Amino acid sequence: MSGAVFYWALVVAQLFLAGAALIGVWRIAKGPRAQDRILGLDTLYQAGMLLVVAFGVRTGSHLYFYAAVIIGMLGFTSSVALAKFLMRGEVIE
Amino acid sequence: MTGFPANVPAWAALLAACLVLAGSALTFLGAFGLVRLKTFYERVHAPTLGATLGMFLILGGSVVYFTAAEGQFMPVELLVAVFFTVTTPVTLIILARAALFRDRTDRSGDGVRVPLEGECAGVVRTPPDLTTDPRRSDAPQDR
Repeated sequence: MSGAVFYWALVVAQLFLAGAALIGVWRIAKGPRAQDRILGLDTLYQAGMLLVVAFGVRTGSHLYFYAAVIIGMLGFTSSVALAKFLMRGEVIE
Repeated sequence: MTGFPANVPAWAALLAACLVLAGSALTFLGAFGLVRLKTFYERVHAPTLGATLGMFLILGGSVVYFTAAEGQFMPVELLVAVFFTVTTPVTLIILARAALFRDRTDRSGDGVRVPLEGECAGVVRTPPDLTTDPRRSDAPQDR
């Protein structure tokens, strides 16, 4: 009984996170300006990282957590690089 | 496979599931702000709901579950919590400053365009010539 509650609660949680990632994709596609697209990318990688963490809890494996760490680090770097490019036209000056 | 292994107590698994569910619902609500809010300066606030409290709840659920599963305190998720707490404001401050810079220096036909009064408060009062300007594509259309 509680196993089924655990399973379905995490499935619903993963659907919520997938919906958040889809909204990020929608904002990337719609725009209307470049900063909106970068904001959508930020939302997308955050939701993806949390999705991987929730998947690790559902399967009971601790290995997915390290994938989430890497997603978070690379997403932060890419968002900062894109925002810096918008401001200056160069990433590294 | 529906359920959790037998070495995890039921209360810990259900608590972890509740925490992850609440955090993911908050993250979805924050992302939904990207749909509902009208200007960029409002939208930049919305996903931080998922980046702060949503992330804390989901990682807290993970800590509870793996602490119960391993039989000892597993605080390694707090690493990601600290990392995200430090990096999210950096990203959004740089992004908001870049957006402000672009809005201020965007040429709209007759000189330098600055952000309109009340734009950050969500009360956008746009002159008609700016609404029809194709370069100002985030001007409010009809909603």
